[in-house]
Amino acid sequence: MSLFANTTVLLGKELRTEFRSRELLTTTIVFILIVLVLFSFTFDPLSDEARRFGAGLLWLAFLFAASLMLQPCFLREQTNDTLSALRLSVSDPFAIFLAKLAANTLFLLLTELLLLPIFAVMYNVRVLPVLHWIALVFFLGSLGVSIAGTALSAISAQARMRELLLPLLLLPLLTPILIASTEVTSALLDRSPYVQWKGVGFLVAFDVVFLTALWLFGEYLLEE
Amino acid sequence: MTPPAVRSTSIRFEDIDKRYGGLYALRRVSLEVAAGECIVLAGRNGSGKTTLLRIAARLVRPSAGKLSFSAQGSDESTVAKSIGFVAHATMVYDDLTAEENLLLFARLQGIAQPVQRVEELLRDVGLFDRRGSLVRTFSRGMRQRVAIARALLNAPGILLLDEPATGLDPQGTAWLAETLRRMGDAGCTIVMSLHGESEISALATRAIRLDAGAVVADTRSGADLRSILAFADA
Repeated sequence: MSLFANTTVLLGKELRTEFRSRELLTTTIVFILIVLVLFSFTFDPLSDEARRFGAGLLWLAFLFAASLMLQPCFLREQTNDTLSALRLSVSDPFAIFLAKLAANTLFLLLTELLLLPIFAVMYNVRVLPVLHWIALVFFLGSLGVSIAGTALSAISAQARMRELLLPLLLLPLLTPILIASTEVTSALLDRSPYVQWKGVGFLVAFDVVFLTALWLFGEYLLEE
Repeated sequence: MTPPAVRSTSIRFEDIDKRYGGLYALRRVSLEVAAGECIVLAGRNGSGKTTLLRIAARLVRPSAGKLSFSAQGSDESTVAKSIGFVAHATMVYDDLTAEENLLLFARLQGIAQPVQRVEELLRDVGLFDRRGSLVRTFSRGMRQRVAIARALLNAPGILLLDEPATGLDPQGTAWLAETLRRMGDAGCTIVMSLHGESEISALATRAIRLDAGAVVADTRSGADLRSILAFADA
């Protein structure tokens, strides 16, 4: 079985189990919604301040929500030792990571796109003219969060204090993504929107570097 | 449908050590397991049986020593992929049905005609009528049947079983003994740890006793074999 075939089968399993329970999606959407609503009280929605800080708050909410979403990613595999069954079955262990990070990226993207209109209304920003660029930043940012998060989830799942460890490792590591995504999104939400290519380039580079590292060393993260 | 052919395989453990921190789970274990042998591992809790089985399944890397497999006409990486493993945990997903679980692993292993193979195994383990039920709704014994079916999907050349009769009722244990006898007859190499299942231990052609991570007895015949099996059955 090729890497692609294994990944497709595993991605199907991830989607099936999530859409059957909707545990992660529901929790994440509710969490982001609460954060956005709470922060919206601190700004006058008609002010430039809301436009200036909105992107940062949005990405901060995404990041915290992602740490919630990524936590069970490998913990679920420990309940019945299904990770061992997967390791015995796949031809390349990288398929396990690829499927999980693809599923996490999809779930994050779905959450972000569902909440974008609510954010636009609450923070009085126009997103429609730059929607395709925002979608690109969401994709690159979510991919970066998922790659690093999936790797750290595999590490923390085998550690003591696993529930505390993931956010402690994840948030500092994702600070560069937070900064780059916020800057690019902020520029897109400006009164005169523009694409900040430096930030987009950084996000692409982050994704490529971390994906390569995961491909090279991922197998060791799965060992007992 | 004809089940896939079993590829008879031998295993060689050379001076295997496994340490967790300063604690030795296994200490200088050297064993030659011939193709088609049926071995029962006996020993107290913590004697190293599970660690040895997980190393043989290549789920745990030994701290020292070498593990190798050989089968006629196959390279080692192919042989290593024809391992069936039943662990303490069921190694199946509670949120998938029995059929979805088996199909998932059948497709990951690249088994030809996965739907037919899964249907055949579900009938064999007596869960065909419950194939659409989530595993979380099953009793422990039914889950164990799914776990055993998962291990048999690729008609393994090596079958590693860690207390495989856990949760099975007397009929289930008899079914398992019959299944293992059939696998053994087909040339499958079987290594299993047991606690009190004489029906299954009667299949053993060799018994090994572990104590504190070391092999303290290894026999293929006579009173010694019966004595170690009696220890496993106790």
